Amino acid sequence: MTQAAELPSWAALAIAVLLLSGAGLALVGAVGLLRLQTFYERVHAPTLGTTLGIGCVLLASMLYFSLVQTRFILHEILIAVLVVITTPVTLMLLTRAALYRDRIEGRGAVPPALRFRRGRGIDNQ
Amino acid sequence: MRRILPHPLLAFLLLIAWLLLMESVSPGAVLLGSILALGGSWALASLALPRARLRRLIVLPGLMRDVLVEVVRSNNAVARIILSPKGSSPRRSGFVRIPLDMRDPYGLAALACILTATPGTVWADYEAEESTMLLHVLDLIDEAEWVRIVKEKWEQRLMEIFE
Repeated sequence: MTQAAELPSWAALAIAVLLLSGAGLALVGAVGLLRLQTFYERVHAPTLGTTLGIGCVLLASMLYFSLVQTRFILHEILIAVLVVITTPVTLMLLTRAALYRDRIEGRGAVPPALRFRRGRGIDNQ
Repeated sequence: MRRILPHPLLAFLLLIAWLLLMESVSPGAVLLGSILALGGSWALASLALPRARLRRLIVLPGLMRDVLVEVVRSNNAVARIILSPKGSSPRRSGFVRIPLDMRDPYGLAALACILTATPGTVWADYEAEESTMLLHVLDLIDEAEWVRIVKEKWEQRLMEIFE
């Protein structure tokens, strides 16, 4: 980070603000994991870090390395694309697994599956 | 053509991804990237997925912009909910059942990703027979309002693209 001192002040400020807001959003997401009550509520919390949080950090990274190396650095876009595609899948998987278990064990206020309501039994999936 | 390059768009995107990763467009990088892109599209072809038909791509930029706006807006909303002191305002979270008109699997996948990537909503279940989805909402005020938002804001335009 020795080149950081040579950055123009507007860029240094913009990068610092982006980095701090990204880190702040990830922190709020982590706090949410502790504070929210049920599993289905907690699953919403990490999305702060994986959407706008990662977006801010990647923008800061692109800005910093583009200015320091005086050429466009774009491979952060790849990170963004991969994170945007993979994290919803993980969250959906977790939610559906929890929902499936709660339905089988009859716990919590989860809505029944339509096929259960029609009384066709569990084996019929 | 189809035999040699079964998924041209995917192969092209893989090549672009490789070049971005290598940060160069030297002949060596392009050659290796092309080989990887070909291999990737053959691997996908051997899975024999149903073909995606994309139409009316003109809707896509507007949709992406709305997703971005919605992500920023709901980040703010969810951060407020998390940081608000306990018991300050009565908040209810819960499931909403939303009937869908869209049947295309790729359109449904896109809808699921949009809804789950947006803080505050998670796609929880889908019933193919009834064509309804189950959405978990962190700050649930009005069920009918969510049905309207999902159908008008996202489903309509995804149907224009995928169906």
